[in-house]
Amino acid sequence: MKPKTLFEKLWEQHEVVAETADTPAVLYIDLHLIHEVTSPQAFAQLRAGGLAVRRPDRTLATMDHSTPTDPAEVFGRVPIKVESAAQQVREMEKNCREFGVEVFGLGSEQRGIVHVIGPELGATQPGKTIVCGDSHTATHGAFGALAFGIGTTEVGHVLATQCLLQRRPKTLAIEVSGTLRPAVTAKDLILAIIGKIGVSGGTGHVIEYRGPAIEALSMDERMTVCNMSIEAGARAGMIAPDETTFAYLAGRRFAPSGAAWDRAVERWRELRTDAGARYDRVVEVDADQLEPMITYGTHPGMVVPITGAVPDHPADAVHAKSLAYMGLHGGEPMLGKSVQVVFVGSCTNARLSDLEQAARVLRGRKIASGVRMLVVPGSQQVKREAEARGLAQVFTDAGAEWRESGCSMCIGMNGDTVAAGHYAVSTSNRNFEGRQGAGARTLLASPLTAAAAAVAGRIADPREFLRS
Amino acid sequence: MQAIRTLVSRTVVLPYTNIDTDQIIPARFLTTTTKEGLGRRAFTDWRYDASGAPKPDFVLNRPESAGCAILVAGRNFGCGSSREHAPWALLDYGFRAVISTEIADIFRNNSLKNGLLPIVVDERTHAWLLAHPGVSLQIDLQSSALTLPDGSTVGFPIEAFSRHCLLNGVDELGFLLQQAAAITRYEQTHA
Repeated sequence: MKPKTLFEKLWEQHEVVAETADTPAVLYIDLHLIHEVTSPQAFAQLRAGGLAVRRPDRTLATMDHSTPTDPAEVFGRVPIKVESAAQQVREMEKNCREFGVEVFGLGSEQRGIVHVIGPELGATQPGKTIVCGDSHTATHGAFGALAFGIGTTEVGHVLATQCLLQRRPKTLAIEVSGTLRPAVTAKDLILAIIGKIGVSGGTGHVIEYRGPAIEALSMDERMTVCNMSIEAGARAGMIAPDETTFAYLAGRRFAPSGAAWDRAVERWRELRTDAGARYDRVVEVDADQLEPMITYGTHPGMVVPITGAVPDHPADAVHAKSLAYMGLHGGEPMLGKSVQVVFVGSCTNARLSDLEQAARVLRGRKIASGVRMLVVPGSQQVKREAEARGLAQVFTDAGAEWRESGCSMCIGMNGDTVAAGHYAVSTSNRNFEGRQGAGARTLLASPLTAAAAAVAGRIADPREFLRS
Repeated sequence: MQAIRTLVSRTVVLPYTNIDTDQIIPARFLTTTTKEGLGRRAFTDWRYDASGAPKPDFVLNRPESAGCAILVAGRNFGCGSSREHAPWALLDYGFRAVISTEIADIFRNNSLKNGLLPIVVDERTHAWLLAHPGVSLQIDLQSSALTLPDGSTVGFPIEAFSRHCLLNGVDELGFLLQQAAAITRYEQTHA
């Protein structure tokens, strides 16, 4: 039999109708995640066509993008400040009620960022096709799922038919050899990869991350890597499931149990790229060579080691426009630049281990005067666990704000924004112009580097804060 | 969706690479529950200053840009978020086609489903278009070709089924709904 890649196996298992020259494949979707921002117009499309949701049991709904993180607003003690966001929350509740979809609403203990709760609840599983009206759906590929972001029209297609029309993408293997050094995290690895292949380096491809440095990562770390596949232009990134994956999923709410669990694990073990299978492209990365990374520009590919300097390309007008927005100059070192805001959160870095990393730096220290630090857990479950383990106390003792879960300052839809001209070291995924607020200047980094910046009040090397 | 066969218009040029969907429509305008009216927010932080006044230097604010339905942009247009609000905003603003050397995957899919033509051309044609803003082009979807002012034509790739839907003004959902029997069979055999 012809050797196949992990992607090919998943693709072929989900073809309801194979593609032809005239028509794309009809691809079956096992799990559809929906949220309040990209679904209202899709429900309107169903209503207009008199259509039902085909599989409410395969649809998981939550609210995260525009929701408040202030406890008083979340739990209804005061109205939601952004009225249009409040309207989206009401609309989501109404749509889910009307179409019979269970929703983890604002006050729910299971609520959180859609890409945090899918795995947390065990709904994200190896071998599944998973889509969501959100480009960071690639996160779920960490479990050996084929997961990608779609637009609202396609959200409507999946609600109505549980299928999508898709052309088969190409495959790109990213082979990561070696071992990440201390204080070099999964976030630094993915930023380095994006810096290497560029922000459109993965366009038209599904990435499979593989090699010893990937196999050594925890599930939280694998999610951080797969999450940012879209920042390299790839709609999906995936990692073959292994014992780490199975250990994470065992006992979770939607994971199989008993004999069904054993059968599932047996099936999941087959989800590996066969020896001799061919990718359309292969890129090699050496983990041993990597340092903590930080972005300096207005897309995630504009990234340097933290000890590096802003690259100088005087003839490049787009580079100059980006540096002008950032208020930086070619040749200037990154270390020592003062910062006003630090954000630890987002679907990239707001899981329990991310918060533990930030707390490693903050424990027994205070954030610098003049710095505002916001710590926003990825879900209500992460929040409860962080409180039980004393992490929340570390953050508040250091002078940071501890919030309810949501996308918050990563996208700035709920009023959690960075002021124009201010520098924010953020653990999120996008440093586009205005992403965290009009005029905001975002520097993407790991939770360790973000916490180090909060303490120093400037861009600092996290390794200096971890020496005992 | 209305059928599209040809489009004739002058171009407006945004010569930047990697124009992301946060520039096309910033996230703070995504708390809407409809598709309508997003055109006035398109490129809002490039078009308006903090007080809301139009920036006179920005190309879309110049009188010669009025009525241009073809946007020529740098490589990797539409990267970033999956928000379909981006093509909704561009269409509502009055654009009907975007030309670049590379267009991000999700944005391209979203555009095709709404009748905004994502057109990828070769480097040489692109460089000429960037250097000649305001020229009049004809786009013929039937032959998948662009006619330049000198009468020469340049082909562009477009996925066959999307092209069929655009030419006939039909919705892809109709085709998917016709697959109901195959979907049911799949569900019965893949528990």
